[in-house]
Formats: sequence, structure tokens, C-alpha cells
Amino acid sequence: MTSPDPMAEIRASFFVECDELLEALQDGLTQIDSGDTDAETVNVCFRAVHSIKGGAGAFGLEDLVKFAHRYETVLDEVRGGRIAPEHDAILLFMRAADILQDIVRNSRDDVQSDPATVEPTLKELEALTGPLEEEEIDAADFQPMALAFDLDFDATSEGAVDGLPTFEIEFRPVRELFQSGNEPLHLIRALTALGTATIDCDVSAVPPLEDLDPEDACLGWTVRLETDRPENDIEETFDFVEGLCALTISNISDADVLLPTLPMLPPLPDPEDAIDETTNPEFPLPDLMPSRLTLVASETAEPTTASNSDSASDIPVSTAEAPLPPAAIRPTPPATPAAKPVAANATVRVDLERVERLVNLVGELVINQAMLSQSVTESGIPTNSPVAQGLEDFMQLTRDIQDSVMMIRAQPVKSLFQRMARIVRESSASLDKSVRLVTVGETTEVDKTVIERLADPLTHMIRNAVDHGLENADDRIAAGKPKDGCITLLAAHRSGRVIIEVSDDGPGIDRARVREIAETKELISPNQTLSDAEIDALLFLPGFSTAKQVSNLSGRGVGMDVVRNAIQDLGGRVAISSTPGTGTTFTISLPLTLAVLDGMVVGAADETLVVPLGAIVETLMLRKEDMRTLGPETQVLRIRDDFVPLLDLGAELGYREPLSDYNGSVVLLITTDDGVRAAMIVDTIHEQRQVVIKGLQDSYGHVPGIAAATILGDGRIALILDPVDLMTTAKGRTRIPHTCLDLAG
Amino acid sequence: MNDQATVRSDAKELELLSFRVGEQEYSVDIMSVREIRGWTRPTPLPHSADYVRGVINLRGTVLPIVDLARRLAIPVNEACERNVIIVARVRHQTVGLLVDAVSDILAIPESDLQPPPEMAADEGQGFVRSLTIVEGSMLRILDLDAVLPYPSQDAA
Repeated sequence: MTSPDPMAEIRASFFVECDELLEALQDGLTQIDSGDTDAETVNVCFRAVHSIKGGAGAFGLEDLVKFAHRYETVLDEVRGGRIAPEHDAILLFMRAADILQDIVRNSRDDVQSDPATVEPTLKELEALTGPLEEEEIDAADFQPMALAFDLDFDATSEGAVDGLPTFEIEFRPVRELFQSGNEPLHLIRALTALGTATIDCDVSAVPPLEDLDPEDACLGWTVRLETDRPENDIEETFDFVEGLCALTISNISDADVLLPTLPMLPPLPDPEDAIDETTNPEFPLPDLMPSRLTLVASETAEPTTASNSDSASDIPVSTAEAPLPPAAIRPTPPATPAAKPVAANATVRVDLERVERLVNLVGELVINQAMLSQSVTESGIPTNSPVAQGLEDFMQLTRDIQDSVMMIRAQPVKSLFQRMARIVRESSASLDKSVRLVTVGETTEVDKTVIERLADPLTHMIRNAVDHGLENADDRIAAGKPKDGCITLLAAHRSGRVIIEVSDDGPGIDRARVREIAETKELISPNQTLSDAEIDALLFLPGFSTAKQVSNLSGRGVGMDVVRNAIQDLGGRVAISSTPGTGTTFTISLPLTLAVLDGMVVGAADETLVVPLGAIVETLMLRKEDMRTLGPETQVLRIRDDFVPLLDLGAELGYREPLSDYNGSVVLLITTDDGVRAAMIVDTIHEQRQVVIKGLQDSYGHVPGIAAATILGDGRIALILDPVDLMTTAKGRTRIPHTCLDLAG
Repeated sequence: MNDQATVRSDAKELELLSFRVGEQEYSVDIMSVREIRGWTRPTPLPHSADYVRGVINLRGTVLPIVDLARRLAIPVNEACERNVIIVARVRHQTVGLLVDAVSDILAIPESDLQPPPEMAADEGQGFVRSLTIVEGSMLRILDLDAVLPYPSQDAA
């Protein structure tokens, strides 16, 4: 867990940050594409790329810096209004974002990015801005290169030589700046790269050696910078230390004459705002020496700011600064709120392993609580006693804790959907189809493990939808549909499960063809009568593929059966529904979490089993007159006006032979998501409660009809049924044929 | 999980845990043994091989139990409270081996081991890795890899 190399840790967290930034970038691009050309949205994209570049520079990731730099330049042009964010440009930006993501991944894994994939997009980006000079790329903000610069204490070059604007930058780090791993040297070096700089170090706050706290920030710098760059370029240099320093940037081109006199001035007559800013109790400006207080009259400062930075108003930091009162000193934090597009909730990054451990512990707690309840009940303590009541509260608390822990693992499906957006772009490009992806319910939260394990099957389904689901543009127009195909990706919570739908507006499943293929592949016999739903379900048979040509996208011999298996491993199910002419919908239904389940604890043939509550429609008492004989060994149950196959759980699992008389037995009416129902006979219903899921896959493997196991209150293991699997594999024996006794399980 | 291999190559002696199944003496490499515990009634798994007795709760994890007597086709009395479960680690999996009783811990020089003769009738059933003689009687050293059912991944 603990890495011996602190750099590796910082590096790892940089890549985690990159993922978040890339997500923000994708978001922003999608927003712009949907017509939101708000300057702030463009800014978000720009900042995301810029931050990646900055970090990449610090770690010497050249590929990444190079690409991010070009990308950033183009986005800067968009920000400056010189490039219109048209649809084509946005598509290019999205492709660029994909590639940026690839380079980030490659950099993380120390893999060289393939220039063949990067170069074309790089060229396209370049085409938008015109070629960049190499020298500019080298000016990337933070390259950790030792650089000696002269501390020119003479500071003679005051004033605007050659008519270049001169900025005076007062920079005084606070303690936290060093704690967060920033280095003033790099910042100052970055400043010197912007123009001709004169640097003055203020050592007046350095205490005597015996009082020196080595971790404290005692130094301040004043940099006089002559540059033709706009003021926001200077501000950007300090992007990463916002809130970690006291920073003043003032244009002194015209005001420098005033400087020598100003520091001597007493506080301004109307000091209200100035005092608010300078004495902000939350951000005390440490060691701010009066002699260093640069006061610039607002009359002088504002016009020059406006005239020297043409795009200044695009940057919220600048707009926040513009109405600042005479004192241009500003601790950066008060100026930042505008820069944060959405007030992000405070979050903590936690290692997934720790969360897993917590989840496991809570699982044990639930089991333990069940054991405790059981022993309290067994000891015959009356239910109105304090012990029993305390136990009830304890149960409530356990449940709450469990819910909360599960919520820690829950994540919005957004990241998954964004990956799918990329799959749609790539697959539609390679098939030369024009496809639009509509996502609904991105904020739906799903267990992180589920999200991770859903990526592969969903990728496959999306590719399938683009490749097989949608028709060609010509066919679409012939069918009277819009030229662009549309794929909808929906996530929602429905009755305690998570539903993810992939639908296309293609021609629907060609059932005749599916049948034909199934017959030629001998998956079904020629005269078998099949309902539409049954034909659709053939798609899930191993090795089934309807595409006439095997395209390089889908149909690599990995069929929908793999998708179904992957989803079943998650305790989920896939269903298809298709309407000829209007499209096909695949519905994935998943349990909310992989760790707990609401279940009904039942007994069958001396064994205790758990039936997922979601599958149970109703419970009823079996009456002999409702049972009808179907075959020699099977019966059906009449429930109102339906006949439902009757299953004996004990017999299905091979625990016992079918009973001779079921009259009076308890029956659970179970159903699947597709509406298939069955009546399942159990011996007793014990209770209804939450159980902790313990996988069987790792220790044993798949057991037909069984989803997982759990540990009951008495410490024994009970198996959790998989009703769908049970129903499909069920033999349905509820009668013993008269002639012989079949002893096989 | 090449515990067995390393022990064999690096040490002159092989440490074995010997146990009784029916009237026969068997042993396994002690390095693969995690713990020994008493009998708990397992929860039977439906549709499993007859030698898989089911699963038990081993401090919160699900532990499959293999009945060695049934696996090795040794006639024994039905499992009762006197039976012992040897928890062993095989191929990244932890399994419980149901035996009649644990007898001893032995250190056998490598040179004393001899490969079992090939017997055509037992083909595909070779559960014994090697043989040795301890105090005048034959001790069989089990090949745990062969004893264990492979997880049925194809069915998953």
C-alpha cells in the first residue's frame, strides 16, 4: 500500500486528476456541441487541458505536453472567439480528447504513444491555428529543469522600456504552498520566460535562525516583468497556486511614476473595501510589509488593465478583479469562486481497497447482528424487554450503516457513458455511419464494481448497435428516417434495481433471418415453433452472428452470449425487445449492489435458502384443486386465470424427490424481468431480511440455479437462488410417475 | 503456489501431514495445509459432484468441502462428528478436505519417495503423487491438484 517513492504517489494522483479533468473536458465539449457556447464552458475545457499540460510538464511527459499544448492553443483560440465552435470543430476536439486520454493512459503505463494515431489529429488541430513555433512549446509552464537566474537586486530597469507594458507581480507564498508541493522557483522561472524580468526577493520576514520554522514561508518576491503578453498569461502562471499565496499583479507601465510616493501614503480615506481585502481573516497575508504594499490608484490601474489585455474579460479571475477597490492586493481565494463552474462538493479520494474492507466489515456486522438477534430470540427474552428493543434499534442502525457504506461505493454512470460516447464515435467513423448518441440519466448511481465490470459488455452492445442495429444512411432515408442514426443510452433506478438500456432506431431484429441462421447453425430444429421473444433470445446463443459480413468491429466470434454471461456474473439480466422498423432495445437490469440483497429466507427439504425479494410477486397457499396435471411428471398451478408451471424447490435442487402430496404447501410466485412466471413450492418461509452476498465463483464455480451464498444468523451457509437461472434449468418434476422410482437427483 | 516444488527442490526432507481415510493412510505436503478444524455440517450444493459435500462458513468465507473418501472411492462410514476437515490451499483456491482423522506430521527424506507404479485400471484417477514407507506401512502422498474439482468456469 505505502509506496516508498513519494514521487510515484504524486504521479499516481496526477493521473487520477487527469481522469477527472478529462471527464470535465468531455462534459464541456458535449455541452458546447449541444449549443452552449458560454465562455465559461469553453474555459472549463481550456483549463482542463491546461492543467493536464502543466502536470505533464512537471513529470517530464513530453508526448503529453506536446499534444496538450497544441490542443490548448486551439481551445485558446476558441476562447478568444477566433475559432467558432462549429460542429465539425467540436468533433475534432472530441477526437482530440480521446487521443489525449490515450496519451494520458500510455504515459501512466510508460508506453510510448503510437505517433500514427496522434499525428493526424495533431495536424488537424494545427490546421486550425496555423503552425506553432517550437519555441512556444518549450515555454510550457513547469519543466523541472534547474535554472539559475540572476537575482538582480539593483532593479534598475524600472519603467516601460521600448513601450512594453510592465507588470509588477507581488508574490508571497503561504505555508500551504510548500505543503502542496509547489515550488516558487518554477513559478518565477515561468514568469521570466514571459518577458524581461527583474526579481527582488523580500527577506524582511525571515526570523532569526533560532525562531525559524523550516516549513514556514518567509520569503516574498517582487517581479517586474516587461512583456507583450496579456495579464492573464501572468495569472495563468499562478493557476496552480491559487489560494496558496498572496498575489498582486499590477500594470505599472503608466503608474510607476507614482510608485515611489505611494508606499508612504497613509491608508486611504475610504478604506472599507481595502481593509476587507487585506485583512480577510480567513486568508491572512503573512508578513506583509508596509514597505512592500503596492498601492495603485484605481484610476490608473483599471484602464491599463483593460487596454493591455484584450481577452481579459474572458477570464473570470480578471472580471472578478476589475471592480476591485483602489488597493489591488488580493488574496486569490476570494477571486476564485467565479472560476469554478459548478460548486464542487468537497470530496475525499479514498483507496478502493479501504472501501472494500469497510464493506466487508459491515457485511460481517450484519451477520453478527443476525446471530445476536437469533440468540436473543432463542433465550426467550420477551419482545418488550429493553434488550429486545435495543436490539431493534441496533438492527435499524446496522441497516443505515450498510446503506451509507453502499453509497460510498456508488458512482454516477457518467464516466461509463462517456466511454461509450467514444465507442460510438470510433465505431461509427470506421463504419462510415453517422450516429448520434443520446444519454439519459447520467447521474444514476451504481456500485463502482458494477460500473467497471459493465464497461466491456456495454462496449460490445454499443458496437453491435452501431454495426448491426442501425442501417446505412441510404437505407435510412429510404425508410423515411433522419440520415443520422440515433443510439440512446439510458440509466435509471427501477424497483430496487438499476436499469441500463441501449436502444437504436434501426430496422429492428430481422426475425426471419435470425431463424434462418439459427437453423443453418443447427441451434434450433427447422419446424420448432418459436415466439418472437424466443427468436430474439436466440441472439444470445453462443456463436450467433447475424451480420452478413463479419465486420472488424463486432462479430469477432465474441457474441452476445459473452455479454449475457458477463452481466449474469454481476447478478444481472439482459432482455431484448424489438419492433420491426423502429428499433431494438437491450435492457440490462442489475442489482443495486453486489454486496447485500433483500431476500426471503425459506426452507426446502431441510435446507435453508434465500430467494431474492425482487423476484417474488406473491406468496400463496397451495390448494389441491388449483393444481392441474400437465405431463407424466409435471403439473401447473392455476392462479386466477393463468396457468403457471409448478416447481418444487427441494426437488429442483436435487435435495429430495417430489412429494406425493403438496396440498397446503407454501408457494412463492416468482417472476423474471421478461414477465416469465413460475410457482415455486417451498416448505416454510422463515423470515424476510437483508443478507450479505458471498460469491461462490471464486471458491467453487457456477452452480446451476444458485446465484451466490450467504451466512445466516446461526453461522451456517445458505444458498441464494437465482430465480431466472432456476426457471430456465428447471425440470418441473412435481409428480412421481407411478411405474418406477427415479432415484437420480 | 509452487510451495510444493520449492520444498522438494530446496530441502532434503519433505514435511507431510498424514491422515486417515477409512483404513488407509494418506498424506499431503504440509505447506499446502492452512488449518485443521472440526466437523461442521456443510450446506449441500445442488447439482454438484457426489464427492463435493457442500460449503461451510470459514470465518466469513465460503469453503467447499471435498469428501476424500468419496473422491478416492474408499468405503467408510458416513461422516460423523469425529471427522476432521483439513483446510488446504490448492491452485489459488482454499478447500476443505474431509478426512477421518489426522495422524501425524512426518519428515520424509526426498530420496525415500518413490513414484507410484502406473496401473492401467486407475488411468485418469491418479491421485497419488508418490509413495513411501513409514514404520513398515505404505504412506500415499496425495496430488491435491488432481483431487480437486476444477472450478467449472465454462458453466459460469
